[in-house]
Amino acid sequence: MAKPIAVYNDVHKSFGEVEVLKGIDLEIAPAEKVALIGPSGSGKTTIIRMLMTLEQPTSGTIVVDGQYLWHMEKNGELVPANEKHLRQVRGDIGMVFQHFNLFPHMSILENCMVAPINVKGVPKKEARQRSVEMLEKVGLGDKLDDYPSQLSGGQKQRVAMARALVMRPKIMLFDEVTSALDPELVGEVLEVIRDIAREGEMAMVLVTHEMDFARDIADRVVFLDEGRIAEQGTPEQVLENSESERLNSFLSRFRS
Amino acid sequence: MQGINITVTVLIASAVLSYLIAFIAGFGRLSNNIFIRKFTGFYVEVFRGTSLIVQLFWFYYALPGLFDIHLATDFWAAVIAIAMNYGAYMSEIVRGSILSVAKGQREAATALNMSRFQRMRLVILPQAVRMMLPEFGNYLIQMLKATSLVSLVGLTDILYHGDVFRSTHLSLAPTVYILILIFYFILALPLIWLTRWAEKQSSKGVASE
Ligand SMILES: Nc1ncnc2c1ncn2[C@@H]1O[C@H](COP(=O)(O)OP(=O)(O)O)[C@@H](O)[C@H]1O
Ligand SMILES: [Mg+2]
Repeated sequence: MAKPIAVYNDVHKSFGEVEVLKGIDLEIAPAEKVALIGPSGSGKTTIIRMLMTLEQPTSGTIVVDGQYLWHMEKNGELVPANEKHLRQVRGDIGMVFQHFNLFPHMSILENCMVAPINVKGVPKKEARQRSVEMLEKVGLGDKLDDYPSQLSGGQKQRVAMARALVMRPKIMLFDEVTSALDPELVGEVLEVIRDIAREGEMAMVLVTHEMDFARDIADRVVFLDEGRIAEQGTPEQVLENSESERLNSFLSRFRS
Repeated sequence: MQGINITVTVLIASAVLSYLIAFIAGFGRLSNNIFIRKFTGFYVEVFRGTSLIVQLFWFYYALPGLFDIHLATDFWAAVIAIAMNYGAYMSEIVRGSILSVAKGQREAATALNMSRFQRMRLVILPQAVRMMLPEFGNYLIQMLKATSLVSLVGLTDILYHGDVFRSTHLSLAPTVYILILIFYFILALPLIWLTRWAEKQSSKGVASE
């Protein structure tokens, strides 16, 4: 395996008294596509939110592209990261949320342009060109000046993906990006993710309940159960040939 | 009728100053610094907990008498009293609006690697201000009505002139008050329209989660 792009090292997370992650060890290779599956409440969202710096681990370390995420080194010791350090490391990571979280006061094009211009200092003209290209790629080239409230859920989610992609992250996180959508809109969003995955160079971590989709695009499937990684392997190993009772009973819910 | 210019200038000066104070105090109450938070909280409670007329008399009579503080002119004493009072109320709107921008908006901004300041400037404030606008408009109308209190400390606004006129033409008293009523209403009309417009603006462009 090439030098990993992200490494979780014995990561624990508690909310108050409740420990929801009980020692996560996980390595993600560059360009690897990882599907994260597991029952509701098992901690899938929390795992990727920690990588996006939206949730701080209670203990353990996360390393992104060779740099500690939640810590920095000072006189040979690890101290908690400050905002400046977080900003520097988090530039490699992008995320798409279940509820889109588009900026409602900006047009779709502005949604995509605002971060490249303000965060990365990309010249306006170039940011515009990149954003238009990306919106065309997700099939919304004719909606540039629309506002989020004018779009369907599937369209909003595709904008959210374009917005994250124009920042050119090395890892993209997807948190159940189709679960808030009407069933007939799920397909168009999965199709876009497939396209992105096929291009290759970006690592992706997908929390999903779409098992066929996971089998299709994932290099590795990770099964999370009660705050621990219970099983992992190729889609065939995990989704078809596992001996684990918990996993099979979980999977049986998705077979019709 | 005379006095309109006093009423209008007191209103404009108070409005500008009170919005400024509202933002400063509103951000102060959200500060990470506990002293700033406590201090602005204290200011807000004091000015919300006592009446405007008492505050007006304080700035006008008590401050100069007790502490030898003179707020430049009568005009400014009145403006500062109104602005501090309404600024206290409106700081709650500033604070509440900022807090009520959906959590997902901050998180999306963080995911795009914006700094704290950028998150506030580009994502949170533009949405919060849209929520504030209608309330700001309502308070502006209330401020217009509050300006009539300045006649009590001797500023020659609409009400003051009306009173003077009435005391010399007693038989015209009802007419004078009807006229005053009409004047205030005419002044309020554009503010009412402004508020309606603000309400329309605010219904657009805010995350509805
Ligand atoms: N901010 C929070 N405060 C308290 N409990 C939380 C918080 N976020 C998640 N949890 C709890 O942590 C557990 C794991 O949540 P989550 O990571 O969202 O699971 P999943 O995404 O697998 O459904 C759940 O029991 C959830 O209730
Ligand atoms: Mg979840």
